[in-house]
Amino acid sequence: MFAYVSRRVLGLIPVLFGVSLLVFTIPRVIGGDPARVMVGERGSQATYERLREELGLNRPMFFNVAGLKQDGVKGLFDSQYFGFVFNAVRGNLGRSLFTLTSVRRGLAARFPATFELTIVAMLIAVGLGVPTGVLAALRRGTAVDTGVMFLALAGVSFPVFWLAIIMIYVFTVNLGWLPSLGRIDPTAVFHSRTGFYVLDALLQGNWPVLWDVLRHLVLPGLALGTIPLAIIVRMTRSSMLEVLGQDYIRTARAKGVEWRSVVNKHALRNALLPVITVIGLSFGQLLSGAILTETVFAWPGIGRFIYDAIGSRDYPIIQGGVLFVATMFVIVNLLVDLSYAAIDPRIQYV
Amino acid sequence: MSDVTFSHESEAAVRGRSLAQDAVRRFVRHPTGVTGTAILVVFLLVTLFAPVLRHQDPLRGNLRMRMLPPTWTMSQSELQQRDLHRFSYPMGTDALGRDILARVLYGGRISLRVGLEAVLMAAAVGTLLGLISGFFGGWLDTFIVWFVDILLAFPGILLAIAIVAALGQSLLNALIAISITYVPVYIRIVRSVTLGLRQAEYVQAARALGSRSNRIILAHVLPNGLSPLMVQFTLSIGTAILDVAALGFLGLGARPPSPEWGAMISDGFGRFRVAPWLSIFPGIAIFFSVVGFNLLGDAIRDVLDPRLRR
Repeated sequence: MFAYVSRRVLGLIPVLFGVSLLVFTIPRVIGGDPARVMVGERGSQATYERLREELGLNRPMFFNVAGLKQDGVKGLFDSQYFGFVFNAVRGNLGRSLFTLTSVRRGLAARFPATFELTIVAMLIAVGLGVPTGVLAALRRGTAVDTGVMFLALAGVSFPVFWLAIIMIYVFTVNLGWLPSLGRIDPTAVFHSRTGFYVLDALLQGNWPVLWDVLRHLVLPGLALGTIPLAIIVRMTRSSMLEVLGQDYIRTARAKGVEWRSVVNKHALRNALLPVITVIGLSFGQLLSGAILTETVFAWPGIGRFIYDAIGSRDYPIIQGGVLFVATMFVIVNLLVDLSYAAIDPRIQYV
Repeated sequence: MSDVTFSHESEAAVRGRSLAQDAVRRFVRHPTGVTGTAILVVFLLVTLFAPVLRHQDPLRGNLRMRMLPPTWTMSQSELQQRDLHRFSYPMGTDALGRDILARVLYGGRISLRVGLEAVLMAAAVGTLLGLISGFFGGWLDTFIVWFVDILLAFPGILLAIAIVAALGQSLLNALIAISITYVPVYIRIVRSVTLGLRQAEYVQAARALGSRSNRIILAHVLPNGLSPLMVQFTLSIGTAILDVAALGFLGLGARPPSPEWGAMISDGFGRFRVAPWLSIFPGIAIFFSVVGFNLLGDAIRDVLDPRLRR
């Protein structure tokens, strides 16, 4: 087991190396000169030169051959790429080209908003998806099954941002039930220490704010959760159907085990394994889907942070944000894989 | 199984029916497959014949007819005031007085074409790389697998967003970016099929008989990969259409005044509280075209692999 885990963790290194290479190279090769972008068209040549120096843009791209002769091996890595990687590993993702604020701080400040939203979307998707999938499997071939499968198909066919707009139109504009902008009523008196509003409101025992925060989470959570919900329903259903056809289910029924218990203990537990994979993969999809959802709901999360940076061509934020999300995704996927061992004793890792 | 089915099947076996014929027979009887095909045929015809169906120019508006709601929702007096009838503008008009219906029809040409082209490119490149990777192995295989792992480390549309952000906003760049994100899936499918077949006896036999690699690939390996490829291909077009729309919505795809569906929704987004029809109709168009491809993909999967009854 330990050997397996360490091999998988080591396996992340070449992938993350490639990811950093891609994130670093694309904007530099095609995106033009960041110093030029910052100085603008009317900036003086002197400012431009100083900025290039400051940003380290006059260093070689990958390997500093001149540096090798001067300072040995250390000098060889005195390049733009390795500077980027060494800094990134230490958590330094550079500064925004325009506001000059630290990208890492920007990401850290916005991460709780995205995380909170992702958790709510996941809760909606799993909480509704698994029971619905089980129901469809148990009522296979009936109108219930057909209806559920149709909704699941519809769920993966909507453009998320469109669904979000329609939801706002119905629930905010027409019915006035739910708020649709931001995380909290702007007039609320509330100080968040951790950035996780639900957690803070709970800890402070601030019930009106908690209610308000939860209400703000409903629409974006639903919009973001739709696709994973649909996928989880389909996966649960097909996995359940497969398990229900197994011999041990027939045996359990034959020996007189109550049907409810057969479904819950014998079938569902085994059927959930492939569902867990889907849940893990959805987690990453949510992180990227958040760019669209956060844009529509003016949600101050990482997705919107990256989106705004694209509008202003703020490359350090785009690079840092994309690198962060990709790293999270890779790690979450690894954790999902590893969690199998804990859940399914049949799987032997060598 | 009743006796009737049995004799029917055996008769067919005697007459000899190819696997392809069999698949087509099953497809025609498959309700979702037929529905999906019907939806897609309608979309294809409607977008092809857009100029015939709707005379209004999708790009040039009538400034006297700005921001009209769908005319069938308007009252009789309102209609008379503007000299319109109930179905003059069934989807309303936008801020420049352009007919939304005409824009949705023409927009289909963009969205469907770009989705299809992106997936075609991805499938071609992915199949080639997958074959090389699986068939020849070695350091090239290691490199390609590494490349796939890197691309798959970017969840969903994030990679496409990053690529367009670097390349600059345009429909072509969106197409390229989306295409790149779909390449790894095809590499994986083709590589796994190829790896499985490399040791198959008939491939070994072909090799022993002196067949060249390219003949083995064309005659033995590719046909075996065809059915998973077809399923993946159909389903990817659906998601690619969604991705094209998403990039358009984020302002990273088609530029205005192009009637691309995602860009139209984005255009309506700023005004959806007062003019929801600007966003609603292009969204419905996206939804049905994606549903069409998803139904078709599911049906193809069922038909080509009868063991997988879902």
